[in-house]
Amino acid sequence: MDNHYDKFVLVEYLQKYFRVSGKQKLKAVDGISFYIKRGETLGLVGESGCGKSTAGKTILGLHKPTNGKIIIDGQDITKLSSKEKKQFTRKIQMIFQDPYASLNPRMTVSDLIAEGLTIHKMGSKDTKLRKVHELLKLVGLNKEHASRFPHEFSGGQRQRIGIARALAIEPEFIICDEPVSALDVSIQAQVINLLIKLQKELHLTYLFIAHDLSMVRHISDRIAVMYLGKLVEIADTTNLFENTLHPYTKALLSAIPIADPHYEDKKQSIQLRGELPSSINPPSGCTFRTRCEFATSACAEKEPKLIAITNDHFVACHQVTSDK
Amino acid sequence: MKKILDIKNLTIDFNTYAGRIQAVRNISFSLYEGEILAIVGESGCGKTVTSKSIMRLLPEATAQVNNHSEIIFDGQNVLKLKGKELKKIRGDEIAMIFQDPMSALNPTMKVGHQVAESLLIHTKITKKQAFKEAVQMLKLVGLPMAEKRAHEYPNQYSGGMRQRAMIAIALACKPKILIADEPTTALDVTIQAQIMKLIKTLQADLNTAIILVTHDLGIVAGMADRIQVMYAGQIIERGVREELFYDPQHPYTWALLRSVPKVSQKSKSQLYSITGTPPDLLYPPKGCAFAERCEYCMPICRKDPPVETIISKTQSVNCWLQHKDAPKLNKPSGLKGVIHGQSL
Repeated sequence: MDNHYDKFVLVEYLQKYFRVSGKQKLKAVDGISFYIKRGETLGLVGESGCGKSTAGKTILGLHKPTNGKIIIDGQDITKLSSKEKKQFTRKIQMIFQDPYASLNPRMTVSDLIAEGLTIHKMGSKDTKLRKVHELLKLVGLNKEHASRFPHEFSGGQRQRIGIARALAIEPEFIICDEPVSALDVSIQAQVINLLIKLQKELHLTYLFIAHDLSMVRHISDRIAVMYLGKLVEIADTTNLFENTLHPYTKALLSAIPIADPHYEDKKQSIQLRGELPSSINPPSGCTFRTRCEFATSACAEKEPKLIAITNDHFVACHQVTSDK
Repeated sequence: MKKILDIKNLTIDFNTYAGRIQAVRNISFSLYEGEILAIVGESGCGKTVTSKSIMRLLPEATAQVNNHSEIIFDGQNVLKLKGKELKKIRGDEIAMIFQDPMSALNPTMKVGHQVAESLLIHTKITKKQAFKEAVQMLKLVGLPMAEKRAHEYPNQYSGGMRQRAMIAIALACKPKILIADEPTTALDVTIQAQIMKLIKTLQADLNTAIILVTHDLGIVAGMADRIQVMYAGQIIERGVREELFYDPQHPYTWALLRSVPKVSQKSKSQLYSITGTPPDLLYPPKGCAFAERCEYCMPICRKDPPVETIISKTQSVNCWLQHKDAPKLNKPSGLKGVIHGQSL
């Protein structure tokens, strides 16, 4: 693994299948590979049902992967015993989408934030309380909030509590699963600013899962686009937006409404046909071919592999790579 | 253009255990034939309560509509209508599509029958004819294999298909007004684009007037003819699309537009954000509701509510900055600009 020294998180051919009625398999994540450097943010985008949240949860260890490697800081966490895993997962935390559902309504803010510290037996009661106060300050709340319950807070404040909770055990890697999609525009910016500030101060590594591309663009160094359990394109943020290669990425970008009437009037958006196929019976070959306007017979036969177009720009599409 | 809906001094309170929440505070506006009017604002600003009151869908036990309020449609005050008269308008003349199609559809009823239902109520038609018409409607909204799908239940539909079914139900009786309350918030962007295009095409074909309730400025930019911005139960600025996007006057409208990340902005730089949260409508502030969060707040703003200032025939704003004695400001930069620079 010596050539991967700068790849803090390395996911190789990760698969997560769920068994559904009878012998059928739902291929939620079907062989994705990517890396994240230390201190970097990788955005993972795609429509609902594409497997992005399952991927995040599997990397965190909430699901057992069907196949594949998850190497974090040089260690394959799929091979750890449960005891080692508990120790190791201190390095990974998650921030969830819905700040209303992810906080136990019967616990005080201070208990919620300190829960991880208690589980990992970090510090006495006093030091824990001091830590809770520090964390509240760090996320822009104050220590008077510690004894209150989640229902006394607004959505944005709850998400701050969720962030403080994730930061309590000093993780190095945070998976943010749609952390702002439940919030209002004006509050979204506050939370994104906080995440950016914390990353700089604490040198955190983020996997930022979202479907809102404008926020993803702002926070990510690189972006991976997922479709039906597979990655179709990965590139650094500028290239992904300015030098888009995969037809799906193009359609996804053109579908985002822009807050500028003149732009919207001129825009010729690429309308995708139909909807996401089922991941129980995905189409043969390229899974996107059923909705792709450039699909040929070759697309039905062979599955396209992620191929490097430039140094840091990978795409899985026969139409793009056949020209090369 | 002809006015088809006229709302005057609409005030709605909710009685809760904590006290009276003043959800909508004395708003007036009109809707014209064949236009798309967008109502934008953050959650809790009263936009959904306003739209539901037009359909008289608010819970009568807790929601109190002030006696001076008027919602005039077709010469009659909707708020005063009873039983049969109300039924005649609801679903036939004014229809609504909701944010979450799964909870708005009946899970125990075939979709075809749900579309046929309103036709059976409002027109003299046999069941068979109504079902036939329902299938036609489902075809119109672009449901694949409509004949077969009409016999299926909502749980067999995807999110996008459910929203199409809801639109079919709403438009079955060719209403004069369609209220769309966050119609695509629960959907993915590619499906959202399909649904928005569908709504726009149908609107042009049927000449329906639409009230589009949303918090997404991107959708507003592509869809609306006129826009009303709501904050804390009041309309704080209104105007046609170009005015609100290119020449907004209210600091809250500026803030909303500035909160959207721009392409020109350096990545990972500080995004503009509005500090604080909207006021508690149990005790709405005496002066301007936005004063607490406003960068340009003056002493008068906390004391007295601002009056409406007319900017143009179509644009008006409620802000003390418009007063002749107020300091002349340069509007903040960063209001305009597309979010991503992908070539078209």
